[in-house]
Amino acid sequence: MSVNGPPPFQRFLDEHRVAVWRFLVASVGPSDADDCFQETFISALRAYPKLGRDSNLRAWVLTIAHRKALDVYRARARHAVPVAEPEQFERDSQPPPAARDEELWGAVEDLPQRQRSAVVLRFVGDLAHREIAAAIGCSEDAARRSLHEGLAKLREAAPA
Amino acid sequence: MMQTRTPKPGDVETRLRSARAGEDGLERATQRLMGRVRDQRLADVSYAAVDSPFGPLLLASTERGLVRLAFPEEDVDGVLERLARRVSPRIIESASAFDPARRELEEYFTGTRSGFEIATDWTLISDFGRRVLRATCEIPFGGVSTYKEVATDAGSPRGSRAAGNALGSNPIPIVIPCHRVLHTGGGLGGYGGGLERKRWLLELEGALTPRLG
Repeated sequence: MSVNGPPPFQRFLDEHRVAVWRFLVASVGPSDADDCFQETFISALRAYPKLGRDSNLRAWVLTIAHRKALDVYRARARHAVPVAEPEQFERDSQPPPAARDEELWGAVEDLPQRQRSAVVLRFVGDLAHREIAAAIGCSEDAARRSLHEGLAKLREAAPA
Repeated sequence: MMQTRTPKPGDVETRLRSARAGEDGLERATQRLMGRVRDQRLADVSYAAVDSPFGPLLLASTERGLVRLAFPEEDVDGVLERLARRVSPRIIESASAFDPARRELEEYFTGTRSGFEIATDWTLISDFGRRVLRATCEIPFGGVSTYKEVATDAGSPRGSRAAGNALGSNPIPIVIPCHRVLHTGGGLGGYGGGLERKRWLLELEGALTPRLG
């Protein structure tokens, strides 16, 4: 029994599920987002009682989601599928995504891992540089640099 | 943001942010998650609202049984917060976990059930409270006792007031029938859920004659 534990899990889930979902859709695409979502919140639930009252729950759960997204990328790389193919598969099997900016998200997918993570955590996860650094496991300066370099590549690859 | 110029629509930043709009699939993913949490018993506490003549009751259960029953006027967030601190923060909403409790309460409120079979979890009850409430559970449907008697049964013949406090903080009212304990002088005494409810429950059980008017 902890005096200063986190809020009831249901409230934590209600408050953060939208952010996690959007982050995962942006990171791994709509077809893998569901499995990652399950894995993220089940990991969170297992670790949950160890958290303190003042934990930054949003940054914490996005850090877990980020790790699950990396697992998906690693699995895709292991299966040695050419980069374009899973995306092609996604396009065929999903109903046409109404407003998904394919050009941009294709370019995001092509970014080096750290830049991709920094961009998605910043603009979809809405995390501060310090929180991005903690999620990726690098310094704040490195996170800032990755974000900057990622954005520069995106401007080039997917011009407005 | 760190940009000095104002991002125009069509900027990469704006386009990245617009990904926040899409939530297709989130409801399905959430329901699948809740199903897995229930099937694999990953949560320590489940809760749900259950209808009653008093309005919606909040019920909370652990693996061991019903741990809390809160009346409609109690603040749900507050009740759940205290459960998080005193039992476990692994708390989820689960209507289906309460099917037997819902059925038994409905039968009780419609007068076709005189005792509860659902298991209870006494985690929230102190040592002395346990003795008092154990004695309270011995009072049969339709019967009443007094603060002094349950205090005596709990091993503290002079502890009427303490027994009253223990009854007043009963975390599982109705199911642990603290409404059956009255003042030694014959008055109704107190009730955590309000005296009107105590009277209503005693009339339902036939222990009190309904007042006219």
